[in-house]
Amino acid sequence: MPINIHLQGIDYAILFLYCLFVIGIGFALKRYMKTSADFFMSGQSIPAWVTGLAFLSANLGALELVGMAASGAKYGIMTCHFYWVGAIPAMVFLGIFMMPFYYGSKARSVPEYLKLRFDERIRCFNSLSFAVMTVFASGISMNALAKLLHQLLGWNYDLSLWICSAVVLLYVLKGGLTSAIYTEVLQFFMIVLGFAPVVYLSLKDIGGWTQLKSTLAKVAVDPATLDLSTKTFAPDAWTSAWTPLLAGSSANPMGIDLFSMVFGLGFVLSFGYWCTNFLVVQRAMAARNMGAARRTPLIAAVPKMLFPVLVILPGMIAVGLAFTNKDGYRLPPRPVSNSAYTKAVPLVQEAKKANAATVSAAVSEAVGLKLSEPKIAALIAANSAKPLTDAEIRSGIQGAVLENDYDGVILSLVQKYCPPGLLGLALTALLASFMSGMAGNVTAFNTVWTYDIYQAYIAPNKSDAHYMTMGRIITVVGILLSIACSYVASNYNNAMDIIQLVFGFVNAPLFATFVLGMFWARTTSHGAFFGLLAGTGASALFHATTLAVGNAPGIKGGYLGVLAVFPSEMAQNFWLATVAFCVCFFLTLFISLATKRTKSDEDLKGLVYSLTPKLVDEEKEWYLRPAFLGVVLLVVCVIMNIIFW
Amino acid sequence: MMFSLIGALLAVSGFFTRDDTAMYQRSLNINVNLWWGLFLLVFGLLMLFLARRKS
Repeated sequence: MPINIHLQGIDYAILFLYCLFVIGIGFALKRYMKTSADFFMSGQSIPAWVTGLAFLSANLGALELVGMAASGAKYGIMTCHFYWVGAIPAMVFLGIFMMPFYYGSKARSVPEYLKLRFDERIRCFNSLSFAVMTVFASGISMNALAKLLHQLLGWNYDLSLWICSAVVLLYVLKGGLTSAIYTEVLQFFMIVLGFAPVVYLSLKDIGGWTQLKSTLAKVAVDPATLDLSTKTFAPDAWTSAWTPLLAGSSANPMGIDLFSMVFGLGFVLSFGYWCTNFLVVQRAMAARNMGAARRTPLIAAVPKMLFPVLVILPGMIAVGLAFTNKDGYRLPPRPVSNSAYTKAVPLVQEAKKANAATVSAAVSEAVGLKLSEPKIAALIAANSAKPLTDAEIRSGIQGAVLENDYDGVILSLVQKYCPPGLLGLALTALLASFMSGMAGNVTAFNTVWTYDIYQAYIAPNKSDAHYMTMGRIITVVGILLSIACSYVASNYNNAMDIIQLVFGFVNAPLFATFVLGMFWARTTSHGAFFGLLAGTGASALFHATTLAVGNAPGIKGGYLGVLAVFPSEMAQNFWLATVAFCVCFFLTLFISLATKRTKSDEDLKGLVYSLTPKLVDEEKEWYLRPAFLGVVLLVVCVIMNIIFW
Repeated sequence: MMFSLIGALLAVSGFFTRDDTAMYQRSLNINVNLWWGLFLLVFGLLMLFLARRKS
C-alpha cells in the first residue's frame, strides 16, 4: 500500500503562513538593499549567532534531512561520523585558522581570494566550476523533493517545483543575501521545532533508547529480514559508532575502513567542503566583524553536533519499528512506476492460482523490484475468487515490494505519528529545509557570477548600480536554470550521475590548494593551478580504474579496467578523495619549488599565515575567543564519540 | 526585527494548533498539537520579548 498523506485545512494554513512570512522578510529588508555590497554581502553587518545558524541552515538542504534519515536506517549510528568526524573538526578549523584570511583579505568571494593569492586562471577555473555545480546541485535537490511530494502527497510535480522556486525567488530578489540569511535562521528553528515532536513520539513509542538499542541488536544479527543487507553483523553494528569501524570494512554496514573514514571523509572531504565551499563560507563572510566571522562556524558547530538526534535517530527508530512490526509498520517500499503497473497488472489478472510462483517471478521482472511471493500469490487468489479493480491490484503489487525506499523513511514516520496540525508543521519544516538549501545555492551562485565572472571577465568597470541589476537578473536566471536542471534530472538520471561525478573530481583536491596557499608563502600560482588540474585528473583516473563490489563497470567506475575493488561505493569515494588530495598536494609542492614566485611577500600580506601579523583577539571576554570556543567544541565532540563508542 | 518575526510566526502557528486540537487525538493518546502548540507559543513570546529588549 503506497503511503498517502492527507492534508487538512490547518496544515495548509501553517504552510501558507510560513511562506507568507519568508516573503514578508524579503520585502521588509528591501529598503536596506542600496549597493551591491548590501545585496551580495549583506553589507557585512550581521551578528554572529545569526550568520552561524544560517551557515548551518544553508547546508541543511532537504536532501540532507531525507538522506541522513535514510543512512540512519541503512547504517545506524555510524552515520553520525558525517557530523562528528566529517564536519565539526573542519568547522573549527575554518573558524580559527582560515576565516581570518577570507575575512581579512577583503575578498568578496572564495574565488576572489584565489585570485588575490594566486592568479586569474585558478579563479576562473574555480568560479566556473562552482557556478555550474551550484545550479546543478539545487536542480537535483529540487527534483528529489518534488518527486517525494508527488509520491507521498500526490502534489503535482510541476506545481510544487514552481511554487517553491517562486517563494525563494521573491525573497532573495527583494532582500538579497540578508533576507536569505534571516530566512535561513527562521528555517533552522522551523526544522528543529517541526521534527522534534516526531522524533520524541516515535522514540517513546518504541520504548525509549535502551529498547531501541536491544531491538537494533537483533536487526544487526539478521538484517536480511528487513532486506537491509545480505550479510550479518555483530549485535552492536547499528548502535555504536566506532567498534564496527575498528573491526574492519566487512564488519560494518557501510563497508568502510578506519583510514578512509578518518582521512578520506574526516580530513579531505570535510575540510574541502566546509573550508572552501563558498556556499557556506559566504555566510561567515557576511558577519559584522572579524570576531563574529570567526565565531560563525563555531556557533554553527554546536547545533550541528546535536543534529544526529533529529536526522539520524528517526532512521534508526524506523528500522526498529519495522523489525518489531509495531502496528504493522514497515519501511516504505520502493514505488512502482506507472509504466511498470501497466505491464504487471494484466499478468496478475490472467494468472491462475496454480502457477503463482512463476507469475510472481514474471511480475517481479515487469516491475523491476524484488517482490514477496506469498503476497503475490494471495493477490492472485483474491483476484480469481472475485475480480479486483485495477487500483486494488496496483496497491497489492506495491504492498508486495520487498525493497525499501529509504528516502521515504522520515515521511513515513511523520505520517504515522502526526495528527493534522503537527503534520502541517512537519511538512513545513521539510519544505523549509528545501528552501533554505535552495536559497543558499542561489545567493552563492549570483555572487560568484556577478563578482567573479561578470565583473572580472565580461563587463569590468561598470557602476555599482549596474552590478546590482545584474545580480537581480542573474538571481532569476539562476533559479530558472535550476528548474531546468531538475527537469533534466527527472528525465535523465544517468546524466545527473555523470555531472555529480565530474564535480566530485573537481572538488576532491581543492583543499590541498587552499591549505598550501594559506600556510606556505612559497606556493606559486603555477604550482597551484597545475597541481589542482592534476588532482582533478587523478581522481578521474582513479574512478576509471576502481570499482565497488556489486557494481558493473561503467558509470560507477572501472571503465578503463579494474585495478582495485572496494567493499562499498562510499569507500571508493573516500579513497578517491584521498588520492586526489595527495596528488594535488605533492604536485603543487614540487611545481612550486621548481617555479619562480610571482608575488612578493608584500603582496601576500593578509593572505598567507606566516606573512600576516598575528591576530589579536578583540574580544575582552575570554569565553568569546575563537580558540577557546574551538577547543571546547572539540572536547565535547570527543566526549560524544566516546559515549556512543 | 527578525526576532519578532520568528516569534510571531511561531506564536501564530501555536495558536492555530492549540485551537484545533480537541477533536484530533491520535499519536499515543497524547494531544501533541495542544502541548507542542503551547510550547511554540511560549517560545515565540520569549523571542518577542528578547527582541523588544534589544531594540
